[in-house]
Amino acid sequence: MLDVIWTTVRLAAVTTVLLLVLATPLAWWLARRRTWWKEIVAAVASLPIVLPPTVLGFYLLILLAPQSPMMALLHPFGIRTLAFTFEGLVIGSMVYSLPFAVQPIRAAFEAMGERPMEVAATLRATPWDAFLSVALPMARRGFLGAAILVFAHTVGEFGVVLMIGGAVPGKTEVVSTRIYQLVESLQFGEAHKLAAGLIAFAFAVMLAMLLLERTGTRRP
Amino acid sequence: MSGVAVRLKGRVGPVALDVAFEAPAAGITALTGPSGSGKTSLVRAIAGLLRLEGEVRIGDTIWQGGGGFVPTHRREIGYVFQEASLLPHLSVRDNLAYGARRSGGVDPVALAETVTLLRLEPLLSRGVGALSGGERQRVALGRALLARPRLLLMDEPLSSLDAAAKAEILPYLESLHRSLAVPVIYVSHARDEIDRLADRVLVLRDGRVEPADRRDAEARLAGLSGPERDRLALAALRAGLDGEG
Repeated sequence: MLDVIWTTVRLAAVTTVLLLVLATPLAWWLARRRTWWKEIVAAVASLPIVLPPTVLGFYLLILLAPQSPMMALLHPFGIRTLAFTFEGLVIGSMVYSLPFAVQPIRAAFEAMGERPMEVAATLRATPWDAFLSVALPMARRGFLGAAILVFAHTVGEFGVVLMIGGAVPGKTEVVSTRIYQLVESLQFGEAHKLAAGLIAFAFAVMLAMLLLERTGTRRP
Repeated sequence: MSGVAVRLKGRVGPVALDVAFEAPAAGITALTGPSGSGKTSLVRAIAGLLRLEGEVRIGDTIWQGGGGFVPTHRREIGYVFQEASLLPHLSVRDNLAYGARRSGGVDPVALAETVTLLRLEPLLSRGVGALSGGERQRVALGRALLARPRLLLMDEPLSSLDAAAKAEILPYLESLHRSLAVPVIYVSHARDEIDRLADRVLVLRDGRVEPADRRDAEARLAGLSGPERDRLALAALRAGLDGEG
């Protein structure tokens, strides 16, 4: 049982770190750009919220399989497939949780307004310096919210990890897919332990989010 | 020419700005005029925050002109915004040091002088959230001064303050006026501020600097001092403002 918990935590942690790095420039671009068509990009990035995980899992499986054009590019590096691998799970989880990273960070950048970056520029900060010394620290609550949401959402995913991970024991099997298999084989006692653990985890996450929002509204 | 030379042209929202003026190497040039005349846009364009066509020069340094455009962070300005716009994640001390660190390092002597001049000592280690309006604007002023500006731009720095806070800051601005060696462009439509602070007055109307008789009045003002100067300045200002509503 510990191995699936470890795989789950590792998957959620790696996904969270990589996704925050990837989502930051996208969120910045969406927050600062003043064209209407950026919302097309925003809509595409939000698709995972409304699509069934099986749809995402299906296309990701095709994309990560040995005969896909994307994988063909990786063949020279000795990588034939990412389907049913931990790395494939990370990619799938990142796509699945993308909106949960982009939206809180974008909202935090938008709430900041343009003035702080202008102030930094009048005080000789280069755009990159201002981004690091002003925008990132001012949006830190957005990043914290995004990190919590992505981590929790990754722990809670089932359809995508089952389709592209295949629940290979010790490799791509996570808590949610283990529960499914325990129930299939009528091991309800074991299933209870993991299921109740996830409920406690989910409660703790939601409570943390709500408390985070409270402290946010108190400060100007 | 060691002063400031500005020639800028362009449309900003409903206003067609078309401005040319020069200001000497020291002293406060007040920029006034009715709301919507383009004062803030002009100051933003001088800072490089807004891109208009034309030239901006300070001494021998060209910030804009001949196709070149120096971005804001490489213009040696100090900018005091209408709202203090302190960086909310930094303490008062770090706000003061932000620009100084990026323009040659924090000079402890200059820091001490500025802190004394603006009486910031008791505020230094505080966060900016708990400051009053007047305190915030004093910190904003100190922060701009410590960035070693060659030109200080102040966009209605007192207009968001109540009368008490305004009365608290005006004396600082007056003492600054005596000690500061860089030119200041001071946007305001408050007669009392201009009367107490300005050496010269430019009136902006519908995006243009008002010419002729205003210039004459300023030329006469330049050679006068004390109450005589104040009286003329006020009269000139009234002539520039009245009838605007």
